[in-house]
Amino acid sequence: MTKIRDNRAWLLVLPVVLCVAFSAVLPLMTVVNYAFQDIIPPDKHIWVGTEWFQEVLRDEELHGAFLRQLIYSGAVLLIEIPLGIALALSLPHSGWRASAALVLLALPLLIPFNVVGTIWQVFGRTDIGLGGMVITKLGIAYNYAEDPHDAWFTVLIMDVWHWTPLVALLCYAALRAIPPAYYQAAQIDGASRWSVFRFIELPKMRGVLTIALLLRFMDSFMIYTEPFVLTGGGPGSATSFLSEYLTQKAVGQFDLGPAAAFSLVYFLVILLFCWLFYNFIQNVGRDTRDGPDGLPPGA
Amino acid sequence: MAFQSSGPAGVSVAVFSPAPHIQSPARRRVHLRTLLLIVYLVLAMLPIYWMLNMSFKTNEEITGSFTLIPQAFTLANYQTIFTDSSWYSGYINSLIYVLINTVLSVTVSLPAAYAFSRYQFLGDKHLFFWLLTNRMAPPAVFLLPFFQFYSTIGLMDTHVGVALAHMLFNVPLAVWILEGFMSGVPREIDETAYIDGYSFPRFFLRVFVPLIRAGIGVTAFFCFMFSWVELLLARTLTSVDAKPIVAIMTRTVSAAGMDWGVLAAAGALTLVPGAIVIWFVRNYIAKGFAMGRV
Repeated sequence: MTKIRDNRAWLLVLPVVLCVAFSAVLPLMTVVNYAFQDIIPPDKHIWVGTEWFQEVLRDEELHGAFLRQLIYSGAVLLIEIPLGIALALSLPHSGWRASAALVLLALPLLIPFNVVGTIWQVFGRTDIGLGGMVITKLGIAYNYAEDPHDAWFTVLIMDVWHWTPLVALLCYAALRAIPPAYYQAAQIDGASRWSVFRFIELPKMRGVLTIALLLRFMDSFMIYTEPFVLTGGGPGSATSFLSEYLTQKAVGQFDLGPAAAFSLVYFLVILLFCWLFYNFIQNVGRDTRDGPDGLPPGA
Repeated sequence: MAFQSSGPAGVSVAVFSPAPHIQSPARRRVHLRTLLLIVYLVLAMLPIYWMLNMSFKTNEEITGSFTLIPQAFTLANYQTIFTDSSWYSGYINSLIYVLINTVLSVTVSLPAAYAFSRYQFLGDKHLFFWLLTNRMAPPAVFLLPFFQFYSTIGLMDTHVGVALAHMLFNVPLAVWILEGFMSGVPREIDETAYIDGYSFPRFFLRVFVPLIRAGIGVTAFFCFMFSWVELLLARTLTSVDAKPIVAIMTRTVSAAGMDWGVLAAAGALTLVPGAIVIWFVRNYIAKGFAMGRV
């Protein structure tokens, strides 16, 4: 869409900028301050340059946590995005069935993080939990509290259960916003179901898919409460991801300097990935716009 | 009959069929998809069922044995929550700040999203990305600066304080989702409205907002949801007067001897407000494209 150049649009954006800056800028400045200083209570601040950054980047434990985090977030995206799209496509369009399915689908989203961890803590137990019990009955040795792989998979399944509805709801809303004329035109052209998906539904979902992908990436990259409640990051360090490590530093050991340096590095890594994803999806979208469907571009 | 034919031969009937998915090649797939949905929903409900199940049991039964339905059915867990003010006030506090947050977030995001979707202005792309970056900041280390800042300006332990803090991650999301939906509405609509003599506020509220109500419904739901489940900031910024339900539940977790039954009941009750919200916005989400109404 061609946009009008008009700097007065700033007035429309101003409330948002003020609201966010109010909560964002001062804390961020404080963190940047901490990252370059050694603070000796009560009020002695020593400039240390990049010392904390060097310390953090050399940390072996951190490299392990980073690798685990990458694999975990990758798995989350690979499962949740396709599953969410499939669910959105299979939701009924109207009537009580649509309402009921939407409400049921959204229920896991509404459970606070710590409660999610607690539910799964019991649900996954082989002696008193339904999930663990069923898996054991199927003849699979399973114990999330002792086996690192089981713990890792439990956290992954928990995440899929908790957050796939977010992807599904976003995609569903986008699908519902496609004008019926598009489908009618596709039918006149004799388009197959796959073409309808590929050239109408997918381009129309591009916007929300960007949101879903980035949101799920950021949030899974910062996952903390659920694995912490489930196993405390264990067994060993199987489910101890980056946030867990950060919190240990900041709260547990009270190493404010390294913790601040680490959170800045952490922040930049997320920023970099999001930027890459964002550009990737935008470029994929550009190809689709010139697709052979003869329909109006992704509007 | 009409749906049996496929390809170009089916054109004459296909034009009249309102639901394009119901055509013969897709027919079997429709069933497969419904099956997928049902299987998914059943599996997804199991942990929730287990939580409800636990909430009606005594602690002895929960930890003692595996029972699919409560053997000694009890409402004592719920009774604890509804009679103890330290429990139910948590729900009220959470609801207050979540509602303030949702209303504020959507209200300030609507004009901003419109600006991003319709206008080019100085630094628009940078500003948009800067907004998003606020969602990417790991919360753990922001807690201390947040605490100091809010103490200084006297917003500690107030509902407004938590609502404002949660805008940090909800406003970028709201702007983002709304911008997506607004970009789907053709510019011609704006222009037609101006030619018809609408002023900007009147056009925005009477014509434009109804067009994107699906987007507003989704946005409101997500703001509600993210603020409702957020734990770290809400816990850090409150002590007594605005203490949210999530923080009260953590206290029970850390207490010696876990009170599973009450915790499950409290968890079950956290579902209620959100379920009501999604029930109200479901029509907006499902209503679909509203072009015809202009």
